[in-house]
Amino acid sequence: MNVKDIAEKLKLNFYAGEELAEKMAKGCYIGDLLSLAMSKVQMNYVWITIQTNVNIVAVASLADAACIIVADGCVPDEKTVERAKEQGIIILGSELSAYELAVKLSEMGI
Amino acid sequence: MAEGMKLHFEVNGDDFTRAGETSSKVKKTLSQLGFNPEVIRKVAIAMYEGEINMVIHAEGGDIDVEILPERITVVMKDVGPGIPDLDMAMQEGFSTADHSVRELGFGAGMGLPNMKKYSDSMDIDTKIGVGTTVTLGFVAQG
Repeated sequence: MNVKDIAEKLKLNFYAGEELAEKMAKGCYIGDLLSLAMSKVQMNYVWITIQTNVNIVAVASLADAACIIVADGCVPDEKTVERAKEQGIIILGSELSAYELAVKLSEMGI
Repeated sequence: MAEGMKLHFEVNGDDFTRAGETSSKVKKTLSQLGFNPEVIRKVAIAMYEGEINMVIHAEGGDIDVEILPERITVVMKDVGPGIPDLDMAMQEGFSTADHSVRELGFGAGMGLPNMKKYSDSMDIDTKIGVGTTVTLGFVAQG
């Protein structure tokens, strides 16, 4: 399943990287501590967090995440969006909680 | 790659927004050189932790990377306050980072433990008031 399908089915909005949405996604990690996320997010994982600062871009990039979903209606900082665009990282947003998102992802086979 | 490649970076202190840049550059270089993705991941995670530590605790520092076909060595040197209790610092969950740093999602006490976990060798030379040098070694397969 690619990020585009996930975004459509979960009604996510793109903050950055919409043009990269063909990227395949498998697996998911939820967490807000960057060190833990860094070691737990595997290649092509969807990473759900409520962190919005620019460092989430570095973590997603270094861990090769498929995308970041910012949950609970949190909005990524302007600098975060700017950096994500520069580095080709997809950031999506949702009003849903991390739990609700994960349940839906699971139903979709992620 | 006929012989080793040496890279040098300066890490800005107190600039969280740029933390991870050095790790990203090294990751990109290792990818271009065709290293195993798992080895690259280990180097990237361990280096990122080191970079963050340098920014949180030591106002930046210098990173030297030596890339050989069979081995990658990363030397991270700062002139920060030093680590008073290394045994404590090596424990997962122990952190001296302040609240503002924790709010950004850092300061989980995973820095040094992650660096040890993801490297094949780690040597720490620290002196109070002088600084800390962490040397990480990674065995590259094939």
